[in-house]
Amino acid sequence: MTTSQLLLNGIAVFLTFCIFSFLYKDNPFYKFAERLVAGVATGYWTVLLFHTNFRDKVWDTIVINHQFIYIIPALLGIAMWTRFSKNYSWISRYSIAFYIGISSGAGIPLIFYAGIFKQLQGTISTPLSFSWAGLNAFLIIVAVLAALVYFFFSAAHKGTMGTVSRIGIYVVMIGFGAGFGLTVMGRVALLVQRIIFLKGYAIALFGG
Amino acid sequence: MKREIPILIVGITGVILFLQYFIPTDWSMQLLGTSQDWVIVIGILALPLGIWSLVKANIMKLQVKGERFYAAVLLTGFLVMLIFGLPHRSSLEQGSTFMTLFNTILIPIQATIFSLLAFFVASAAYRAFRARSVLATILLLTAFLVMFRWLPLGFISTADNAIVAWILSVPNMAANRAIGMGIGLGGAAMAIKIILGIERTYMGHD
Amino acid sequence: MTFLEKLMQVDRRWIYLAIGVAVIIPAIKSFNVPVSPSPEVKKVYDFVENIKPGEYLFVAMDYDPTSLAELNPMAEAILKHAFIRNEKVVIVTLAQFGPGMVEAITSRLATEFNKVRGVDYAFLGYRPYPAITILAMGVDFRSPFPVDYYGTPLDSLPVMRGIKNFYNVKGVIDLTSGNTADMWLTDGNGRYGFPLAIGITGVMAANYYQYLQSGQLFGIIPGIKGAAEYESLIKRPGEGMTQAAYQVVAHTVIILFIILSNVAYFATRKGRAKSGGAR
Repeated sequence: MTTSQLLLNGIAVFLTFCIFSFLYKDNPFYKFAERLVAGVATGYWTVLLFHTNFRDKVWDTIVINHQFIYIIPALLGIAMWTRFSKNYSWISRYSIAFYIGISSGAGIPLIFYAGIFKQLQGTISTPLSFSWAGLNAFLIIVAVLAALVYFFFSAAHKGTMGTVSRIGIYVVMIGFGAGFGLTVMGRVALLVQRIIFLKGYAIALFGG
Repeated sequence: MKREIPILIVGITGVILFLQYFIPTDWSMQLLGTSQDWVIVIGILALPLGIWSLVKANIMKLQVKGERFYAAVLLTGFLVMLIFGLPHRSSLEQGSTFMTLFNTILIPIQATIFSLLAFFVASAAYRAFRARSVLATILLLTAFLVMFRWLPLGFISTADNAIVAWILSVPNMAANRAIGMGIGLGGAAMAIKIILGIERTYMGHD
Repeated sequence: MTFLEKLMQVDRRWIYLAIGVAVIIPAIKSFNVPVSPSPEVKKVYDFVENIKPGEYLFVAMDYDPTSLAELNPMAEAILKHAFIRNEKVVIVTLAQFGPGMVEAITSRLATEFNKVRGVDYAFLGYRPYPAITILAMGVDFRSPFPVDYYGTPLDSLPVMRGIKNFYNVKGVIDLTSGNTADMWLTDGNGRYGFPLAIGITGVMAANYYQYLQSGQLFGIIPGIKGAAEYESLIKRPGEGMTQAAYQVVAHTVIILFIILSNVAYFATRKGRAKSGGAR
């Protein structure tokens, strides 16, 4: 590692400890690092948007490639800035309307297809049989129905509905438990990555 | 004018794009591509709105005692990135000062902020993960089995891996399917209400 | 106050300290942990393995530095695998802080595997509004991305010649830490029907198995364990396998904490019941 790399990594190590200091309590070092990253992140995104989005998709399209039809969405985008005005903020609704209309219209059939129909198909597609796969297929049907009943609030959870919904909450709890177990792994991974980074720096500084 | 036209735009564009799904011809696919392209252009020009709001709020904070230093730190970080990034597109490539700042400041801080969650999840597990009821016990046992997968305990690990694979692909899968279908139905219902002009909260107030 | 009662009210910072020490131990003295690939990871490996040299794999790296710990090892393993097999790779990112990391990984691996940007792989760059961008890419990659991340027109890139949209790629692998997985499922696979796999963070992992069962996904790489499994399959250990030892110690400590907390809870329950405080 060169001296300049050591120095830059040293800054990264310092900032890492600034954030870790929050574990003891909130303090000026943590606040400093937190605000610094907010500024740097906003700056990064602004530059990224300017070079790879505004220039490529708006400026070059209209000014260089003369695709003047794109002036319409460009004006709609600029119209969003009227939100800063009390008197003219209603103009921004036109732009929002385009976005909402297009995304809702395109989204409806896809939500039904991917989120509901394919899921229903998956629930009933495996044939029931006296085998391990058949048993699992049966359990999947029961568990999905029970969990759906648990989230169905238009009828009182009494009698048969109550029993099925009780099975449903057990199923949901297993799901949440699995989610928690995997969350622990995910969160630990984030910490371990920082420890590996600090270890690398310590080795570079003091030798392995 | 202020409300009716936006509702009309939502209705017309929504119905056209909805019908487009069922007519996948060349011209209709072109329509889909162009409409998405337009939305991207609208979005690109609208996004600086958020950036400006953040900058403006922090310029105001420069006048507030106690906040002044931190607002200055944020604005300095922002301006430094603009100075090193805006003049040349090549600043987005590795080796530039702009990317060095990204690698030295943004990556370590963002990664470390989220790594704090490892401590919080351990603390939460210690404090709240107790077998107080049947439901809590089910949750606890499932999480335990999933976490146990990491421990290299020979045949116990093999058995545990098999159990966890079953948990993930049967009961966990069923629970998430039910939740996902609920979300899907809710999302579709909301989209239909928006297109029909029943849901108008996206327009805000006059 | 008895020892067990004290244990139940221990300051959270002692727990933090214990976790901190737990992850430092393997940093001082590391050890190997056996990794056995799960079927959902093996399916992703098999898919990439069966793509012929010169055919296309599309990789979306939709994550920010907040989750690089889990997703960078996955990205590296998949890109290494594709590069070893001489597959053409098209990369995109729909996460706002993603491009910097993608650029770093791709340029480093390209050097390592003698791959040329624009010839063997393309990095299209970043666009906001993931769902809209995915739908637009399904019509033509050139629609949302007339030029790549570096400003070169897509038509000028040899790797992009003769490739228009998702119908020209063998499959898509989305590495994500957010809801772009849902968008790739709904707006990508749902609309255009291409084979899709996802590499996701541990936090998200449990929420996507229903799509695997329904066939909407052909594979899942769940969290750092999945990354380690993929590394073991391509026989190139990376950070995923390095993390395994740390995970073992940290998980052991957390499991012990939970056991301890429950022992203390049940041991002190009678006392609390007598004083009317137990639930």
